[in-house]
Amino acid sequence: MAKVRGAVVVDNEGCKGCGLCVEACPEDVLRLNREVNSRGYHYTYMENPEQCIGCANCGVVCPDTCITVYRMKI
Amino acid sequence: MVLKDLIKPENLVYGKSKVQEDVYMHYCPGCSHGVVHKILSELIEELGIQEKTVGVAPVGCAVFAYNYIDIDWQQASHGRAPAVATGISRMYPENFVFTYQGDGDLASIGAGEIMHACNRGENILVVFINNGIYGMTGGQMAPTTLEGMVTSTTPTGRNVDLNGYPMKITNLMAQLPGTSYVTRQAVHTAAAARKCKRSLKKAIENVLAKKGTSFVEVVSTCNSGWKMTPVAANIWMEMNMIPYYPLGDIKDSVKGGHIIEK
Repeated sequence: MAKVRGAVVVDNEGCKGCGLCVEACPEDVLRLNREVNSRGYHYTYMENPEQCIGCANCGVVCPDTCITVYRMKI
Repeated sequence: MVLKDLIKPENLVYGKSKVQEDVYMHYCPGCSHGVVHKILSELIEELGIQEKTVGVAPVGCAVFAYNYIDIDWQQASHGRAPAVATGISRMYPENFVFTYQGDGDLASIGAGEIMHACNRGENILVVFINNGIYGMTGGQMAPTTLEGMVTSTTPTGRNVDLNGYPMKITNLMAQLPGTSYVTRQAVHTAAAARKCKRSLKKAIENVLAKKGTSFVEVVSTCNSGWKMTPVAANIWMEMNMIPYYPLGDIKDSVKGGHIIEK
């Protein structure tokens, strides 16, 4: 079976740190950052980037549309 | 393999729709409005109807929707969106007209307007965001507030003897012969949001085919009004709102056709 690798790019300034993407992620990739953006929100980042499968669940549930998802077969 | 090799336009699987404006939303973190805006933008782009779409947003949190979706918008008075949309769709029958209303707006103040627009079978799409309270004005009780639910005007919980029962407005609309497609969806999980997108697509196609009014309720959260975190609000919604407002298609028929209740 071909392995799939994914990547998530978060618009750090647009993220409001609601945490819905962290819950939606089936592979436990995302976490909320300890750092805050200029608006004071703990934005999302990829804690375990090697586990991402590019399913785009995080992007679908993101209310602020700040997640872009890429996927590639390797 | 490094992420840099992955992040290329040809590998893109999910991104922001071109119909959606590149601005930050004013909604609270985790608000369901953002997801529904996004789904609508994606569908307008997919169906290629950006130039002929007119949205009607009455008073509510979504009153600023014109800042976020790049189509023509008209603001309406509180609850009067179906009446305004009726006028627009009759004057410009080639356009796709939709209203975007909350539950305080549609079920309470605009109950008369929505009832008659659906009864006349106007060719409009009604997107009904049901979060059980008046979100914008500070979390007061709405007709859809659940029994026993604490809001700022029912601090000891909704008392049905005093305030009446929570109103299943979508089921009422399904009884009217003017509606063609009546469904209730949610956007709390990725699966539910994808399903909601399919329903909204069907609803838009029905309106474009002049089959009558399409009515899509989206059971939503208002984590600020409910005084919860976004994640807790989703869990609360799943445990309390969805049993009372079960998800799924309620009517799938044509205008004036037989009512097939599922």
